[in-house]
Amino acid sequence: MHGIRKAFGATQALDGVDLSVAQGEICGLVGQNGAGKSTLMAVLSGALQADAGTMTIGGAAYAPRTPIEARRAGVAMIYQELSLAPDLTVMENLLLGAEPTRRGLLDWRAMRATASAALAQLGHDAIRPEAIVGDLSVAQQQIVEIARALAIGCRVLVLDEPTSSLGRGDADRLFALLRRLKAQGHAIVYISHFIEEVTAITDRYVVLRDGRNVGGGETAAATPAAIVALMVGAQPSDLFARGTRQRGEALLDVDGVEPGAATFSLHRGEVFGIAGLVGSGRTRFLRALFGLEPVRRGRIRIGTYSGRGGTPRDRWRAGMGLLSEDRKSEGLALGLSVADNLTLTRLEPLGPGALVMPGRQRHAASHWIAQIAIKCAGPDQAAGELSGGNQQKVALARLLHHDVDVLVLDEPTRGIDVSSKAQIYRLIERLASGGDRPARAVLIVSSYLPELLGLCDRIAVMQRGRLQPPREAAGLTEHELMLDATGTGRA
Amino acid sequence: MTARSIVDRAGTLIGLVVVAVIFGIAVGSQFYAPGNLELMARQAAIVCVAAIGMTVVIAAGGIDLSVGSMIALTTVAIALALKAGFGPAPAAAIGIGVSALCGLINGVLITQLKVVPFIVTLGTMLIVRGAAKGLADERRIEAPFTWLNDLLRTQHGAALLPAGIWGVLGAAVAIAALLRYTRFGRHVFAIGSNERMARLCGVAITRTKIAVYTLSGLLTGAAGLLQFSKLSVGDPTVGVGAELDVIAAVIIGGGSLTGGRGSVAGTIMGAAIMTIIQIGCSQKGLANWVQQIVTGAIIVAAVALDRVRSAKGR
Repeated sequence: MHGIRKAFGATQALDGVDLSVAQGEICGLVGQNGAGKSTLMAVLSGALQADAGTMTIGGAAYAPRTPIEARRAGVAMIYQELSLAPDLTVMENLLLGAEPTRRGLLDWRAMRATASAALAQLGHDAIRPEAIVGDLSVAQQQIVEIARALAIGCRVLVLDEPTSSLGRGDADRLFALLRRLKAQGHAIVYISHFIEEVTAITDRYVVLRDGRNVGGGETAAATPAAIVALMVGAQPSDLFARGTRQRGEALLDVDGVEPGAATFSLHRGEVFGIAGLVGSGRTRFLRALFGLEPVRRGRIRIGTYSGRGGTPRDRWRAGMGLLSEDRKSEGLALGLSVADNLTLTRLEPLGPGALVMPGRQRHAASHWIAQIAIKCAGPDQAAGELSGGNQQKVALARLLHHDVDVLVLDEPTRGIDVSSKAQIYRLIERLASGGDRPARAVLIVSSYLPELLGLCDRIAVMQRGRLQPPREAAGLTEHELMLDATGTGRA
Repeated sequence: MTARSIVDRAGTLIGLVVVAVIFGIAVGSQFYAPGNLELMARQAAIVCVAAIGMTVVIAAGGIDLSVGSMIALTTVAIALALKAGFGPAPAAAIGIGVSALCGLINGVLITQLKVVPFIVTLGTMLIVRGAAKGLADERRIEAPFTWLNDLLRTQHGAALLPAGIWGVLGAAVAIAALLRYTRFGRHVFAIGSNERMARLCGVAITRTKIAVYTLSGLLTGAAGLLQFSKLSVGDPTVGVGAELDVIAAVIIGGGSLTGGRGSVAGTIMGAAIMTIIQIGCSQKGLANWVQQIVTGAIIVAAVALDRVRSAKGR
């Protein structure tokens, strides 16, 4: 792959990236969340088309328009979420779309033989071809998926975070399998957040940051700390102008909450950050905190509420609001108007009794549209017609309309343009320093470390499902946070 | 109101005008004589009132397949109550109450078993139909003649329209206002549009859904009352397949089976379109099968048109 470029709207996701992998080689692809790894792999596998750049396989030009074309050309992706048919058997999955037939009928015997041979070649003949895929463990399903890629003749395998849902033993067996495939002459791209895995299994590595190559080389000659340093890069600019914050009383106490093993207090006038890798359990913890998932252990105190139960409704009542990381499927109702989305949690002031007067609803929404500069045709426009950044502002405005004291923001700036980002940073700053009303408390989860360091007073790292003790943000660096998050330890 | 929602609403209205003009020309001016219009209103009333309830269900992202059976059960319950010596008003209340109870049960099953509404109401469609047949001993139930039989009868003098038609119009206004001007209405659309978001925002999903299905049961009970008025007997086999007419009226009127959209005004226009086709075809002497093909084509066309419109809007 050479000089690959890809833009989404105003965002340049890939800005001239090069990547090559030789036969019989494992190449590690690393970078922070949002560095462009997934986009690059989507281009490689035909799910997206590059705006510019060239790709070749074995010297021949390669420009897949669909994942099927990519597979025909010999490139297979093994995603984090497996793409098998869970109700079919192993052999049916293996030969899906390429079933052997005899006189127009399925040749089950040939199918079984082919499947057994493919699995044996991988050293996993313990998996029966007749087994239903849904009954297998995740690790075994992964093997089936790899076997399928090989069965249709793929020479280039891309594994995206393959160990994220595997235990230690399964991960070791997977590594053994990868070495075996390497010895058989396959080319493998290995994507992982876990630097120690990359140093253990790969021959070479490539680091992406902000859609560009920032480094790479022989793995044997690199230390984990050096790779992390490349991932993190230089500090960004002055997006984060601090006002004066007064740390007040504790508004939220989290005491040994499971999932997350979290203990901390959140104070008025404070911005508290949670860092961690995707899949480390940050979002799960937030959802439990907000009553969207059960809290298994521990205690939450917010306002007058104290306990471990409670629903989102109780949280809103207690003065806590959540901004979902998944704007489209949980944050907003895209078919409904801006006004409906914005006022849904607090319709009470919009009319006498159980009524909602459209005029007052529109008026309430217009207030926030003006306050935080949401670009839209008006409060009646459907939320789905706005740009990502403006949708996010609508979702945030809901928390302001509700006038919550504690704002819980999950990836507040994911996938939005730079100017909306800056506006949201300024808004968070204003909320935490108060002014028009007593200061609020803000809890932010973000994958983007500069953002956390720029905004937060204290930061805690979620690592493999456990929230580490919070630390003052002032002295922290991205490098330290990344080492914590990846479990690499002090360098 | 955005330009798009005007187009959405006007779409059904344009359809109604086109259909009305076509049949007006085909049948002749007597098609619009007051008597004929009233005939159509009477014909549409039963589907219409049930479809008003279905509008709420569909806006909330649900579906209710049991309304046809509930209509039959209501007629049986009213006839049995009258036979047992209850007055007309209590008998009507019993009939409507039985149907509302069925709706309540639908709502409870859907929310507590967490089974999709399609399956739950497919089941209750059979259960309620069976219950109606069992109660009636698989026969029609003759009932004494009361003013309940006059609900759809032409009124001379000041009333202008049959009492039942006034009732349907009253229900339409009430439910339209409920959807547009109350917290409940906003919650219905929030759930139908994005249930996960509604949950995140603290909307009482279980309670709202149960209320939605109960309300639909109540209005279906009113449809059953009108059906009884028309038949003057309790008939456990009446209304087979009525749920499909009811759903069709909502869909033609701009409701979306994926939830979050639907309006009472649209639904009434949808029911009117179907009735005009029905009556127009029969007055033109066209066979029943022609009506069915035309109605089917209209449903597909309405939804396809809607797809095109909303694809442009995005």
